[in-house]
Amino acid sequence: MQIAIASGKGGTGKTTLAVNLAVLLSEMFAGTDRKVLLADTDVEEPNSGLFIRGKLIDEEIKYRLVPEWKEDKCTLCKRCANICEYNALAFLGISVMIFPELCHSCYACSDLCPEDALPMVPHRMGITKRYHLNDNLQFMESRIDIGVEQATPLIEQTRKFIKENYDDTWFTILDAPPGTSCPVMEAVKDADLVVLITEPTPFGFHDLKLAIDTMEELKKKYAVVINKYGIGNDDVLNYCHDKRIPVIGKIPHLMEAARLYSKGKIMIDEIPEIRSEMEKIYKGICQLTEVKA
Amino acid sequence: MKEIVVLSGKGGAGKTSITAGFAALGAKQLVLADCDVDAADMHLLTAPEILREEDFYSGKTARVITEGCVHCFKCMEVCHFDAVLHKGGEFVIDPMECEGCGYCYHICPTHTIEMLPRLAGKFYVSKTRFDNTLVHARLGIAADNSGKLVTKVREEAKKIAESQQMDYVLIDASPGIGCPVVASLTGANFVVMVTEPTVSGMHDLSRVYELIEKLHLKSGCVINKADLNKKKAEEIKKFLQAKNIRLLCEIPYNIKFTEAISLGKTIVEYDKGMLKDKIVSTWEKVKELISE
Repeated sequence: MQIAIASGKGGTGKTTLAVNLAVLLSEMFAGTDRKVLLADTDVEEPNSGLFIRGKLIDEEIKYRLVPEWKEDKCTLCKRCANICEYNALAFLGISVMIFPELCHSCYACSDLCPEDALPMVPHRMGITKRYHLNDNLQFMESRIDIGVEQATPLIEQTRKFIKENYDDTWFTILDAPPGTSCPVMEAVKDADLVVLITEPTPFGFHDLKLAIDTMEELKKKYAVVINKYGIGNDDVLNYCHDKRIPVIGKIPHLMEAARLYSKGKIMIDEIPEIRSEMEKIYKGICQLTEVKA
Repeated sequence: MKEIVVLSGKGGAGKTSITAGFAALGAKQLVLADCDVDAADMHLLTAPEILREEDFYSGKTARVITEGCVHCFKCMEVCHFDAVLHKGGEFVIDPMECEGCGYCYHICPTHTIEMLPRLAGKFYVSKTRFDNTLVHARLGIAADNSGKLVTKVREEAKKIAESQQMDYVLIDASPGIGCPVVASLTGANFVVMVTEPTVSGMHDLSRVYELIEKLHLKSGCVINKADLNKKKAEEIKKFLQAKNIRLLCEIPYNIKFTEAISLGKTIVEYDKGMLKDKIVSTWEKVKELISE
């Protein structure tokens, strides 16, 4: 079982929802064989780890493969530079220069080089860490190195790692990156349900509609949670009602919640209204995915 | 002509509200560029009238020509993106997965794969209600290449600013530190980092600053919602001091920002008191620092 928490607009509460829901479920699962994996795939700015701390299980440097120019084998035929659609190889007359940040690791230059002068070699993207919190909760985070421009390959590796290593006893909650383009599309690929979190403002509403369009295009099942409920207006609620999009939670706008967030604290222990809203959200998720609560 | 980029690693810190405030104040001096092409919101506050609209093509997508295909499966074997499917005896390329690398096109022995230009989004030049130019875009649904669309928006804004003899291009960037952000920063003369005194605000500021440092850019910082957590605000100020980054201003948490957005107004139009004063003095400071 995997859910992804996404949003078009940044700062609407993805991390808050992901972290609090993960802690709540781990408490509910205590004493059973069910476990929660919280995975932060917002690799550019991963924040979930600021709210939960645990014992490091393992860490792994992550690489993707890019070509390396072998001067001794190259005959300067220029085929590679002609083939590359991303301008990741520049033919400089007497040498070939490679720009790893532009490379999409398609292998075309490497495989089609008649002289084998462009072997694929590992290029560092970032790091993935896993933490143990308790018998029912694990946390995993991937982050790209500063200066690495492509987020998607690291998200893809993280997603595949989860698929291979976590079976059905795990309830996985993915904290996805903001936006509507490639990184978020990659993050939600394996999700059984995408929870789109928004705020009831014109910015939140506008970006929610973009996120909904993306989920429709990807043919993903999705539901909406409204955060900071009470500010702004009712446009989001009315829109979801008209389009028959399930709204599975309304997290109230409370200054106390904003203060706890600022300190990196879990809210369900301190604000009963937020705990009960999280419980409602979990019930909504179970209903939509036909999983027993 | 100078480029000013407003960014924040973290989303929701107040980038767009602050940028729109600057835009209203400096309307006669600047061209506005919304480089958050993934979730562009600037038009909601500037009510632009679209003057020019263009399809934006970027990269390519492969397509199989069924006639002549000898079913050698080579295209499927070489694709590293699992974009080639074999459905009902025919090869089909999934445009959502295809990255347009052209490996299949080059390897196909019967030349029955063609590479077509890919529609990546739409791009607009508009006139705002402040009577200046806004360059903005809309990334195609679930499209790739947001970095290239950002570059297109930025370059177009620059061109227009030069032809209109404007002093500044003001850029609203996307959250994060990846390719769309780097593309926004390419020509920057000054960067305004917007943050908030939260654990995430501090964390994301330090990462985005590391990027700015790497690119050797001049920058200053706005701490928004500064009274939300005074201890964190102090921590951010210590960080700024240690890195020798100018603190441009501290803005207290205020529901008026949300109210202004709800009315489609900028904060400098909606508030006539302290919040407006803060944005005015910050804008003046930015202009001063950029000309140093």
